[in-house]
Amino acid sequence: MFEAIAFYLFAFLTIAMFYIAVSTSQALYALSALAAGMIFISAFFFILGADFLGAVQIVVYSGAVMALYAFGMMFFDTTREVKEKQGNKAIIIGLSSLAALMVVVIVAAPIVGNNIEALYPMTEGAGNTQEVGMVLFTKYLVPFEVAAVMLLVAMIAGIVLAGKKMDLSLTLMSDSELMIMKEEDKKVNL
Amino acid sequence: MMEIGLNHYLVLSTILFAIGLVGVMRRKNLLMLFFATEILLNSVNISFAAISHYYGDLTGQMFAFFVIAIAASEVAVGLGLLIVWHKKHNNIDLDNMSSMRG
Amino acid sequence: MELFLYTALFSPLVGSLFAALFGASPKTKIAGIVPSALLGVSLLSSTILLILVFTTGHTLHVEMMTWMATGDLYIPFGFVVDQVSVVMMMVVTLVSTVVHVYAIGYMDHDKGFNRFFSYLSAFVFSMMILVMSDNFAGLFIGWEGVGLCSWLLIGFWYHKESASWAANEAFIMNRIADLGMLIGIFLVYWNTGTLQYDAAFAAMPGLDVATLTWIGIFLFIGAMGKSAQFPLHTWLADAMEGPTPVSALIHAATMVTAGVYLVVRSSPLYELIPNVGLFIASLGAFVALFAASMALVNRDMKRVIAYSTLSQLGYMFAAAGLGAYWVALFHLMAHAFFKALLFLGAGNVMHAMHDELDPFKMGGLNKVMKGTFLMMTIASVALAGIFPLAGFFSKDLILEVAFVNHHYVIYAVLLFTAALTAFYSFRLVALIFHGEERYKLFGIHPHEAYKFMLVAMSPLLLLAVIAGAFKAGYFDMVTKLLPATEYHVHSAATYWIMTIGTQLLVGLAIFYAYKKYTRKDIKVPDGTSKMENSFVYKLLINQYYIPYFYEEYIVKAYRELSEVFWTKIDQKVVDGTVDGIANVLYQTGEKTRVMQSGNLSTMLKWMVAGTVALLSLAVVFGLAARYSGEIKIFLSGLGV
Repeated sequence: MFEAIAFYLFAFLTIAMFYIAVSTSQALYALSALAAGMIFISAFFFILGADFLGAVQIVVYSGAVMALYAFGMMFFDTTREVKEKQGNKAIIIGLSSLAALMVVVIVAAPIVGNNIEALYPMTEGAGNTQEVGMVLFTKYLVPFEVAAVMLLVAMIAGIVLAGKKMDLSLTLMSDSELMIMKEEDKKVNL
Repeated sequence: MMEIGLNHYLVLSTILFAIGLVGVMRRKNLLMLFFATEILLNSVNISFAAISHYYGDLTGQMFAFFVIAIAASEVAVGLGLLIVWHKKHNNIDLDNMSSMRG
Repeated sequence: MELFLYTALFSPLVGSLFAALFGASPKTKIAGIVPSALLGVSLLSSTILLILVFTTGHTLHVEMMTWMATGDLYIPFGFVVDQVSVVMMMVVTLVSTVVHVYAIGYMDHDKGFNRFFSYLSAFVFSMMILVMSDNFAGLFIGWEGVGLCSWLLIGFWYHKESASWAANEAFIMNRIADLGMLIGIFLVYWNTGTLQYDAAFAAMPGLDVATLTWIGIFLFIGAMGKSAQFPLHTWLADAMEGPTPVSALIHAATMVTAGVYLVVRSSPLYELIPNVGLFIASLGAFVALFAASMALVNRDMKRVIAYSTLSQLGYMFAAAGLGAYWVALFHLMAHAFFKALLFLGAGNVMHAMHDELDPFKMGGLNKVMKGTFLMMTIASVALAGIFPLAGFFSKDLILEVAFVNHHYVIYAVLLFTAALTAFYSFRLVALIFHGEERYKLFGIHPHEAYKFMLVAMSPLLLLAVIAGAFKAGYFDMVTKLLPATEYHVHSAATYWIMTIGTQLLVGLAIFYAYKKYTRKDIKVPDGTSKMENSFVYKLLINQYYIPYFYEEYIVKAYRELSEVFWTKIDQKVVDGTVDGIANVLYQTGEKTRVMQSGNLSTMLKWMVAGTVALLSLAVVFGLAARYSGEIKIFLSGLGV
């Protein structure tokens, strides 16, 4: 029974938050609503017994990703409203509902119809984190490593794209050039 | 109604996915567009976790895990590009980004 | 013996190709000498074959290779050397060799010298295929080949508008007739199942008369075009636009005789349908008179000779139509010699008079051009049919044929035409070579042609004189293939009255012509004399207004029709459809190009729409696959 209450409560909250995130004209409200929605989604994960996933959701999504977006928000004049040209609402809503329905029908159809064998069954008694660890480092090892490389690449890309004076290489410049650069910086700052 | 089954989670996932699609199609600001993309990914994660729970299979959870990792890196790169664009054009309105017309 | 056959057949082709190598180069004598030499080789081979056939009576039948072997249809490239074809081969190669050598001198100052010999040899090759082929398909190949080469040669001076026009007229008229011939060939194949002469003619007595009549008529229509019978005759006179050697070879000796050859070759067919034969003979007689009448007043030297050819062709058809095929062939042979000689002589005169064609502007040339004078006079005597020259034996024989078969109308017409022939031939000779030297008024300084040209013409001169002596030997040889009908007038007295009477009539005509046209006071007619304004004169000099009629009522109407077809149907409908399809595709592209607006938001919407479409398809197909059994039952219940 608690489960049902929790489910409906969090479902309502999530939907409301995401709706606000999509429809509001204030950028700050959208960001805040999104962050709240992420937290509520992690609640679902906990209800479903995916403890590790829930924790990761909070840490990565609500923490890191939202922080990134918050930094991105710095480029805005957040008091200004985001002006948007209104498209045809009917088309948008219709298309999206239809798409959502289709996706779920297709994905759920085999599951609902037939018997599904569990590929990586859960063992009884072990905690979720231990099980995740076991599967992750044995059967999903390669994707894990590849994901790590991908994150590295993304990080470097982020630094290169966003940094200043990225065409200069401080370690390769000689001392004299460094002195000249410092002099120019002092002049600019004065 | 009281008994929460897989279908409930799938319906929830559908609704969230629809909301995400509406956002993708509606938003004219690049940052807002990224927000809507995050909503899409999250709805799919719920779906994966739910199926994993109801069938006793860990595959769904692993998939959700990797989706989170990918979403994180995607945000990093996307925001980097957004910053570069903003430096150049000083606004991030989608209607101005139409140089790749046919 | 096959070697001689192939040599005779392919030497002209080799000569033509050799000359064609020089087609774009300036004039070189070798391009004229080599084809002439090769034709000499062909002549030699033909002579050897003639002697072989004459002495041993063996005929030669080779099949070079298969052309078409599809289903029931079998057509080979086959050649036959029998009595009829060997006579034609002799005539063709002899006249061709003479004309080739003559043309080396005649085309001396022409820029297209090399091209000329290429075309001329190609023509001879086509004619050889025509006469040597052993089936109707090969005949048709040669038929078309000579038509093509004739077009090339008539329009040889293509810069002249009139020459191109005349070439087109000749080709188109031939083509119209060829349609009839093709229908005839189809009928032959359809009814007898083969196109080989021997097999087809063997099967013909088994066919019913109506079919045979139609075959005969259609084949004769083809012959009408090639041999310029009425009403497809206007091209022959206009073909004089080509160089004179062309007129000598093609329009005197070879191409125009192809029609007669066809009728002679198809003698087994025409034997079975004497009514068609009578029609052919009547038409031939009519044409003989018709052409002779137009030649009476014409002021173009070559045209007079062309009408003379037309008239003699009428004689040949009259003989063939009445069943005397060997007589027609004999007249063909003799006529080739003296007509070619006449044309070549006229060529000499033309060159001497700087391409002046009006005999009224000449006169007294016998003092300057003795050789040509001698040759043309003798040729005209032969043409008139004076004993003992060649023309007497062949022409008189035709008159006898008509008389003996009780076709007195045809006889009378042919007799009258003989008188007219003598008259206009000697009118021409008198005006050109006798009388006052009117050319001096126009400042022309004539001179005789090159010696070697006269030497080249001499074989023709010799044959024009003595060809009659070959009649007996010829008869023996040819009647092994053709029906050996002899024509004996009932009583000797009638025979002598006929013969002497004909000679007297002809002699009178000659005398009258000489008297009229060697007077001292002949002036160049300038349209004011009483005779020129008379109705008959006007009718004759305008060729009975037939070309005018064709131009006004047929050519113009057809051109209008073609224009309508071109603008309304071809441009609007056909081109419109094709362009329309292309346009539809292009416009589709243009309209859908707008989809690529570059606006990310729009493209995201399109992406979702596309995804929805594909997903719907997947769902529908999945459902169909899942419930396919139920769907089948449902549809079968509906009765599909």
